[in-house]
This record gives sequence, C-alpha cells and structure tokens, in this order.
Amino acid sequence: MPSALPSAPKLQSRCTVPSEKMLMRGSHVVGEAAVRAGCRFYAGYPITPQNELPEYLSARMVEVGGTFIQGESEIASINMVLGASAAGARAMTSSSSPGIALKQEGISYLAGQELPAVVVNMMRGGPGLGNIAPSGADYFQATRGGGNGDYRTPVLAPAGCQELVDMTFLAFDLGDKYRTPVMILGDGLMGQVMEPVVFPDFLDLNALPEKEWVLDGCKGREPRAIYSMILNVNLMHQHNLHLQEKCDLITAQEQRWETVQTDDAEIVVVAYGTAARIAESAMEELRGEGMPVGLFRPITLWPYPTPALRGMAERVKKIAVFEFCLGQMLEDVILSVGNRAEIYFYGLPGGIVPTPAEVGEFIKSAARGDGKIGRRIEV
Amino acid sequence: MKEEVAYQKVFGRPESLKPAPTHYCPGCGHSIAHRLVAECLDEMGLREITIGVPPVGCAVLAYNYFNFDMVEAPHGRALAVATGIKRVKPDRFVISYQGDGDLAAIGTAETIHCANRGEEISAIFINNAIYGMTGGQMAPTTLLGQEATTAPMGRDAKLHGHPIDISRMLAICDGAVYIERCTLTSIKQIRQAKKAIRKSFQCQLDHLGFSLVELLSPCPTNWKLSPKEAFAWVNEVMTKTYPIGVIKDTTGYEDKR
Repeated sequence: MPSALPSAPKLQSRCTVPSEKMLMRGSHVVGEAAVRAGCRFYAGYPITPQNELPEYLSARMVEVGGTFIQGESEIASINMVLGASAAGARAMTSSSSPGIALKQEGISYLAGQELPAVVVNMMRGGPGLGNIAPSGADYFQATRGGGNGDYRTPVLAPAGCQELVDMTFLAFDLGDKYRTPVMILGDGLMGQVMEPVVFPDFLDLNALPEKEWVLDGCKGREPRAIYSMILNVNLMHQHNLHLQEKCDLITAQEQRWETVQTDDAEIVVVAYGTAARIAESAMEELRGEGMPVGLFRPITLWPYPTPALRGMAERVKKIAVFEFCLGQMLEDVILSVGNRAEIYFYGLPGGIVPTPAEVGEFIKSAARGDGKIGRRIEV
Repeated sequence: MKEEVAYQKVFGRPESLKPAPTHYCPGCGHSIAHRLVAECLDEMGLREITIGVPPVGCAVLAYNYFNFDMVEAPHGRALAVATGIKRVKPDRFVISYQGDGDLAAIGTAETIHCANRGEEISAIFINNAIYGMTGGQMAPTTLLGQEATTAPMGRDAKLHGHPIDISRMLAICDGAVYIERCTLTSIKQIRQAKKAIRKSFQCQLDHLGFSLVELLSPCPTNWKLSPKEAFAWVNEVMTKTYPIGVIKDTTGYEDKR
C-alpha cells in the first residue's frame, strides 16, 4: 500500500491576538491596533522595512471579517483606501518613503475630498530608492502637505511600540473627527523593534460616530457626490478657506508633546520618534554626570507644538535638535524658538543610528557652544 | 359630458439622470452613453444602491448628471477606487465610467489588475480615440494616421506607437467574464449597446466577476468633423481598428440574439 504523500507544511499564522502584555514587533503592533480601532480595510504594496504590517493584516483582516488587498502599486492602494473610506470604512494603507511619495496624489485627493484615512510611513533613507535603514528625511513631505494643493495632514510620531498602539487608535479617531487623512510617521527601526505592549479592547464598530456623508446608495435621500474638483473660482476659494479653518481648528486642539526633566534644564534636546528614544537615553547618562539637560519630544509633527516649545525656549539657554536627516524638523524649531535660545543641530542622514553616547557628545558640545559636533544654527 | 382621455407615458427622462443640461458638445457620444447607463439602472431597479466613479476627462462632472451616489477618483484610478467601495459594500452596485485616456493610458495598471482580480464591478469605457477635455491630444487609442494636437502629422506607429486595444488585452484576464464593444452611432448599435450594458450589470448582480462595455463614441469637436461626419467616421474608420462585437463572454448567459 503506497504511503500517503506528505502533506504540505502548515503555514504558521503570523497573527497573535494578545490579551495581556506581550512582546510584539512594531509593524505587527500597528496592524493589531488598527483592527482593534475598527479598521476593516487595508490595501498596500510591499516595501521594506514595513512588510510585516501587510503580512500581519493579510491574515488578521480575514479573521475579523475585513478586507486586505495587496494592490498592484502604492498608487492603486491609496486609491482603494479612498474608495473604502468614501463607502464608510475605517481604512488604512502603509508604506515606506519611496512608496509614500507615490501615495501623495491620493493623499491630496483625500484631503480635498475630506475623506478620512490612516497612512503609515515607516521612513527609510532617500532620496530616490535610498536604502532600508531608519530615516527622518520625509518630515517635510509629511508635515507640509506632500501632494499638490493647499492642505496639511495631522502627523503622529510614535516613539515606541505602546505609542504605536495608542497613536493608531488616535489616528483613526482624528481622521473621522476632522474628515482628513492622518499620517503615522515612524521609521525603519520603529517598524522592526520589539517591545512589550498592551492593547485596548476592540472598538464596537456600531458605536463609532455616524458618518452622514458616506456613499452607500441614495435610497431614501438625495444622491451624494464626493469630489475635489471645483471649477468655479469663488467656490474653490471657499473650499480652500474651509480646509484652512479645519487646519486652524486642528492646530488649536490637537498639539501633542512630551517633556522629560525640563523643569531645571538649561539645555533641552528636541527630537521625535526613534531619535527621541536615543536622546532620552543620552539625557539620562548626562543627568548622571550632573548635567541639567531635558528633552522636548513633539508627538504631533503637524500641528507642531510651537507654543509649548516657544515657552520652553524662554526658560532655557540652549536648544539641541537631533534628527535622522540634515535638518527638516529643525525648521519648525527655528520657527518656534527664533532667537529666544541658542539652537544647535546634529543630523545623521542615510540610516546611521548613533549610540546614546554619541548623541551625548553632541549635547555636551552644544552645552559648551563649541560646535565640535553638529553645528550652531544662526537665526 | 366630460370626455376622458387616457394618457400613457411612452418616453421620459430616466430617474437615474438629473434634470440638468450637460456640458457635452453637440454630437458627443457621452450624452447617449449616460442615458443608456441611466435607463439600465432604472429598469433593473439599481439606482438607489448604485455608487458610481467618474473619470478625469470629459465625463469628470458626471456626478452633476447622474442621479445616484458618486465619488471622484484621481485620473486613471477609478477602478482602484471602485474596488475599495465594492469590497466595503459588496451588496451595493458599483460602476466606473471612464474615457480612453483614463482607462487605457494613465490607469492601465488599475484597469488590468481590477479585471484580473475579478472585482464585481461594471466598467463603462468610452473610447473616442482622443483626449477630449484637454483639447484633442493624441490618446493611446488614437488611430494610425489620425491627427491630434500632439500628433499634428497624424499618428505614426514609428513615432507614437500603435493604437491600444485594451478590451482585447483585458479579455485574457481570468477575472474578466464579459467584454463587448459597441458603437453609439446607429439606432441598431445604440440598442445593442444598451443590451451589453444590461448584461454587464447582470454579471455584477450574479457575482460573476469583472465586466466592461467599450463604447466607440464620436467626438466631433476634436475630430474636427460635423456630428454627421463623426458618426460616419466611427462606423467606417474606427471600427476597422476596433471591430465591434463580443470580445469575451464566459457568463454562460443564453444569448438571445
């Protein structure tokens, strides 16, 4: 009797549904947080270093009755998200820098059509194809609109896996509240790092605020149209003013930041995301040496917490900016601080992740004001 | 004694069309195509569950004319947007309405992959072999020898490549179940086009997969012909490059023709 053919090895599901604190990779964290926040539509195109997110959702969406589509391109994926959003779903796409560049057309349309969506960018080195190492070089693109036209999108900068959970929830809420695309701006390291996390329970989809603008067929009502093309210049003018009012409202209500040991600080490091984590370690070491250093960490990159940083700059002598690029957030720091404090900058483009000790040397150099590491920014 | 007269309505505006004048040029095929789509939606009772996606091109303002829910898509992305809608609302009826620049040039990838995934969407493809809205530039579908503002000496295969037959390309996708090409330039063909649109809609209702109806549509303005000449050009010239008829049909529906 012929022996049975060996069965194909069973694929282990990448899904885990943690109920208690558990160790989890950043990309998986975003996926799990998204479905718990009510996301039932994901479309994306593979790109390193965030492939673990679509891989996770490819199985997880099936489990929760949602839709996962591997689009034929980043462009198709963001537009699938646009359609899903118009139909009322909490929808998400993700990518990394070159892919996010391709999504800008769709993000601009989402902004113009006032459709919510969550876009995750795990930044990598650029320009062009760059590399797959952590980077902060898409800050301008993320915070200045990115696509064509006059608009901004809220940008959240998590600095750890638990914040990836919390900010994924927040991103969907902000998107629905203001009818806007929202970006979660991490980097290659944030997508790969494993940290302990705790997830909130699943949101009740039926308890989410009703969207009175959704397209679901015009039974019992007048037909709706969602569009961004407004040929009449007066009406286009009005639409732009309306978007601006929304930007003003978000700016007034949604600024988020964290300060660490700034009360007695004479020098404050300004950094976000992964860079802030390294800066915080450096700060702790310097504190151990008796140096009065603090950390100001913007959590929303747009709206930038300008008033908070400006207030900080009134009290401290020096501001030390550290980024994974050659000075993009630096411009928001300059706009916030002006000449209230001396500004020093240390930027590492290309994916080099420094040790806390190296960042500590920059902070010391800034404190001395000798410009040996990084440079003094003349305002 | 009062005389009673029974009136019977024999013709009127379909409910799926708003009572609005269109911006389309005299002799343009869009108005006919709009009406056929609207009649089919009405007759099949679909208006109230329909979500449409117009193109970027001459029909970009279709939501001003169609009397059902619509969402604008970026140029060429209609079938990606439609995919998102249909997956979120599988019990709704989703159509795209696209021109040849939208569907067969900038949106080629979205079109092919939507068809190949077999999305349950009906695509109405208006092929007028020219970029109408932007003023008569060469389209991917422009015929060899046909003049366009970006091919002033006429399309030359060596310089500009060949006209693309995207319907035939889509036919090799397993997810596409029904593709037919019709014209809008004779009563007989208009009636045939309506049958094709109905059949495409039925494919979606029966969850068979992707379907597309290509309508060869006159563009007198940019062809620099009178409407009558433009209609004749479709019949006598355009159908040589784009022969009318069923290109693919795996529906299993009985053909009553």
